[in-house]
Amino acid sequence: MFSPKYKIAAESNAIFRKVVYPDRGIIFDRKKRSLLQNTVMFDLVVTPSETKGTDTVGLCSLLGIDTSEYRKRMKEIIFKNTSVRPSVFEPLLSDEMYARLNENMYRFPGFILSERKARTYPYNIGASVLGYIAEVDTSFLRRHKEEGYEMGDYAGMTGLERTYEKVLMGQRGVQRFIKDNKSRIQGPYENGAYDTAAIAGKNLYTSLDIDLQQLGEKLMQNKVGSIVAIDPRTGGILCMVSAPTYNPNYLTGSQRRKHFSELLLDPRLPFNNRALGNKYSPGSTFKTVSGIIGLTEGVITEQTTIACPGYFTGCGTGKPKCLDKGVFNFKDAVAHSDNTYFSTVYKRFLDQPKFGGADSALSAFNEYAYTFGLGHRLGVDLPSEKNGNLPVSKYYRKIFGPKWYSCNIISNAIGQGEVQTTMIQLANVMAIIANKGWYYTPHVVDSIDGGDELHLLDAFKEKHFTDKRIPDSIFDAVQDGMQAVVEYGTAAGSKIPGIIMCGKTGTVENYAKVNGKVEKQQDHSFFGAFAPRDNPKIAIAVICENAGQGAWAAAPIASFIVEKYLRDSIAGPERKAKMEEFANKNLIPYLMRVAMAKRDSIKQARELQSLQKKVEEPVDTAAEEELAPEIKNTVPQQAQPTVPVPKKDTSKKKNIRNLAALTTDEEKRKKNIKA
Amino acid sequence: MNNRNNNISQGVDWLVVWLYAILVGIGILCIFMVEYRQGTDWAASFIGGKTNYSKQLMFTGICVVMATFILLADSKLFTAFANLMYAFGILLMMATFVVGKTINGSKSWIPLGGGFNLQPAELCKIFTALALAKFLSRQETDFTKVKSQVIGGIIALAPAALSVFQNETGLALVYFSFFIVMYREGLPPGLLIIGFSFGVLVVATLVVEPNILAATLTGIAALCIYILKKQIKKKKRVLTLIIALWAVCVGVQRFAVPYIFNNVFQCYQSTRIYSMVGKDYDCSQNHHRGKSTDTKPAKKPDDYNVRQSKIAIGSGGVMGQGFLKGTQTRGKYVPEQHTDFIFTSIGEAFGFVGSFLFLSIYLFLLFRIVRIAERQRSTFSRVYAYSVASIIFFHITVNVCMTIGLFPIIGIPLPLISYGGSSLLTFTILIFIMVRLDADRQMVLR
Repeated sequence: MFSPKYKIAAESNAIFRKVVYPDRGIIFDRKKRSLLQNTVMFDLVVTPSETKGTDTVGLCSLLGIDTSEYRKRMKEIIFKNTSVRPSVFEPLLSDEMYARLNENMYRFPGFILSERKARTYPYNIGASVLGYIAEVDTSFLRRHKEEGYEMGDYAGMTGLERTYEKVLMGQRGVQRFIKDNKSRIQGPYENGAYDTAAIAGKNLYTSLDIDLQQLGEKLMQNKVGSIVAIDPRTGGILCMVSAPTYNPNYLTGSQRRKHFSELLLDPRLPFNNRALGNKYSPGSTFKTVSGIIGLTEGVITEQTTIACPGYFTGCGTGKPKCLDKGVFNFKDAVAHSDNTYFSTVYKRFLDQPKFGGADSALSAFNEYAYTFGLGHRLGVDLPSEKNGNLPVSKYYRKIFGPKWYSCNIISNAIGQGEVQTTMIQLANVMAIIANKGWYYTPHVVDSIDGGDELHLLDAFKEKHFTDKRIPDSIFDAVQDGMQAVVEYGTAAGSKIPGIIMCGKTGTVENYAKVNGKVEKQQDHSFFGAFAPRDNPKIAIAVICENAGQGAWAAAPIASFIVEKYLRDSIAGPERKAKMEEFANKNLIPYLMRVAMAKRDSIKQARELQSLQKKVEEPVDTAAEEELAPEIKNTVPQQAQPTVPVPKKDTSKKKNIRNLAALTTDEEKRKKNIKA
Repeated sequence: MNNRNNNISQGVDWLVVWLYAILVGIGILCIFMVEYRQGTDWAASFIGGKTNYSKQLMFTGICVVMATFILLADSKLFTAFANLMYAFGILLMMATFVVGKTINGSKSWIPLGGGFNLQPAELCKIFTALALAKFLSRQETDFTKVKSQVIGGIIALAPAALSVFQNETGLALVYFSFFIVMYREGLPPGLLIIGFSFGVLVVATLVVEPNILAATLTGIAALCIYILKKQIKKKKRVLTLIIALWAVCVGVQRFAVPYIFNNVFQCYQSTRIYSMVGKDYDCSQNHHRGKSTDTKPAKKPDDYNVRQSKIAIGSGGVMGQGFLKGTQTRGKYVPEQHTDFIFTSIGEAFGFVGSFLFLSIYLFLLFRIVRIAERQRSTFSRVYAYSVASIIFFHITVNVCMTIGLFPIIGIPLPLISYGGSSLLTFTILIFIMVRLDADRQMVLR
């Protein structure tokens, strides 16, 4: 008899729910310095019906708009949100603008300055790790239906802001008001009996080191690549640089929209976190893993010597080649990154009669490799981590038929071929070698203020071990080799005086598609290391795309980071000068430069054209036609690090980022030599 | 002659006076509920004279003075001047055509200066009641005769006709309440039955598709002929009567109703009536549309007011939301809430129970008036008292039905409750003349 129909209708008529936003949590580095902070920004808000007597001309001149723009905006506001409700007239004022307006507000009845919370980044670093917050869109709302987001809310979109959104956002409060027939607020509903208070978001304490991150970003400026440094004892990520990056302050404040679209269209893809969002062939750095597995299986010992006449003779194809001719034992093979030695190890491993075939031999190899955290996502607390790749026999059967054998896949031995890792996986491998067989999953956040109620950090407390068959003595042997790399091997130039660092260089061949043709690009420069050898405190992986040999770029960059972390500064004027030299080097890959130049010239041409159009009405159609193909070409022109990736893999990828060279036939694939 | 006795309280029916006072009090409180905003000093604004409730308080004061004058007056005055006052009333209504002021689309107001306006049609209710009473109480009137009935009808409906021309259809309808009085005085019930049937036919016309209705009517006529064929054989007149009736019905349904809706009513009136039965009215057919360049297609039923009114009353539930707590009232969602839709504030604040009690007071008043009417010795007093009861009854019924969506919206105020000086004064005079007459019930007036 008494249905609540009308009661509900009355409530939806008259009750206005206002969400009270709590402060988002703050993110600290390992020394409790804040990587980001909350600040208050101001919007200029107008209630059009109350603007009678406003000094319109004065306001326009302060804001730098003309009165026709003012009238246009007013009309729009009234159309969208009626003239009696307050609407944003100018969002996110700059400090200067705020100061100017604040003094003159008495002249503008109907206008008020309303505050809004925003992020600032005092150190201007860590954009790719921290991520950004942005207004939620409809697809976000659809995905998070149950979590009470509303249109106009801000949420973490990338990085830590996204992973720890639930912790950082806090708990929103709700106030209920009574509104009248024109949606004007009349007062609290039931004197606030049903209101809830906002609870501030929790702070995050990370393992990041601001000094290290700053140095890393400095060293990687004008380069493409990434640095990942891990504390091997805890798995805490000390710094994670992805270059090119951007100043995180770009994405707060009044220019946000402009900067965002600029960054999004940048051919250098600054939003891409190369530390975990890109898969690379690890190159020679992978020799450490294949060496450990070979030693464990007993196909070689430390004393085993193998001669290299300039190329690998085992398969009769003359590939892969090696740089230094001679006879090497295990330690020197690591030190000089001898391709023949590790190809032999890999071949011997796969050809062991006990496996009875390449299929089971490869899976036995992978069984070892998986325990090094390769081939699957590590579970880092950052979004969009890639899984890397350890190829399986099923895949090779498709290409080479059921009778494939070790020579078909020999380039895997030296980290070319189909083996792919992310930089964080590589850094983790270094940590494993440093620890002699165990690791914690790399992570950024160490602890959460007020406890980890959502159990987000539990996974990082679990210790993982490598295959039980690997004894410490084998790790010692690899460490000997890696120490030799820095002492007198491929990375001898990056030796840090007074610190025993173990490292391994990598030089990775890669190809890119240029105008439909697959062309070989300058090699990627890789370096993985940890230090000091006894009681290791830092494990690091560096890639510098298209920068040549590992020793040329990646190794020195890694050495500066290691030294900075262990000593708090770079010692000696010579090293300091070298560091500055590297920081100022421009190693942007050729293709990327071309793409950037093209973008700039298109922009110029457009500006020119629009100027021309203003001058003379008739449009020069010829000029337009000339421009068109250029525009089409911009996207595929982007240079991207890749090694030959089989067709099946690339066809799955929808993104244009990885424009891999498609070389399915073994002939081309085996080009990947040397390191 | 006991009106020589200066004690005015002699013979006055205090119960009616008390009920009157209670209702006016409730009325001011209701207007206060509607107008009140949190944080205002209500005591000051009651005296301030700027808000509607303080204005209503002022009107009440005027009404008290008026009532006192009426109670002091000689009751013979009313019988003596009845016809004269009626003529004066009609004259006033005519005057609106010359000096009238248009408020809310009806040219039925005479400006009095000082922001006050007089609506003669409102005042004319009293004069008509008096005139009708005078006519029916004449020695020579025999109300069983058709001639007298017609004259009575004309007296009652003349102001109504003028009202329609003033574009004040709502008030015109009130004059139909005099038929209740005439029924008491001997109007044959057949007329009421015919009137009621006509009403059903009109509603049916609106609801049912024209052709189906015509077929149904024809079917009923055929059925009647079949049932009554023996009588028809005896008397041919029955057949003619049935056929004539059928013709009239179909005529009304086919031509009269559409004609009225398209040519007599304003567009908005037709729309309201149609929206009552949940249908759209196509304003492009309306004759009055002409001047307004309203080329928009017919919109949804124009029911915002009723919808909000229903929400307000409905949200009250059983016990109501409480005094000054109604969200519909506080948010001003119901238009005209202090005048015609005052009932919604009671419904919202005090719920079903409150509304029931409130209407009980009205019912009690009506019963009391009918009792008073029946104890009169003079026809004049009786007819007059019945007129008062009928007018009040009609107002309440139509107003309450209108707020809960049972009746199309016609601007009829709730007696003694709705804001408005004219309305309050009219009802005060109506009731107190009756009280005065009742006090002198021992006299035979004519």
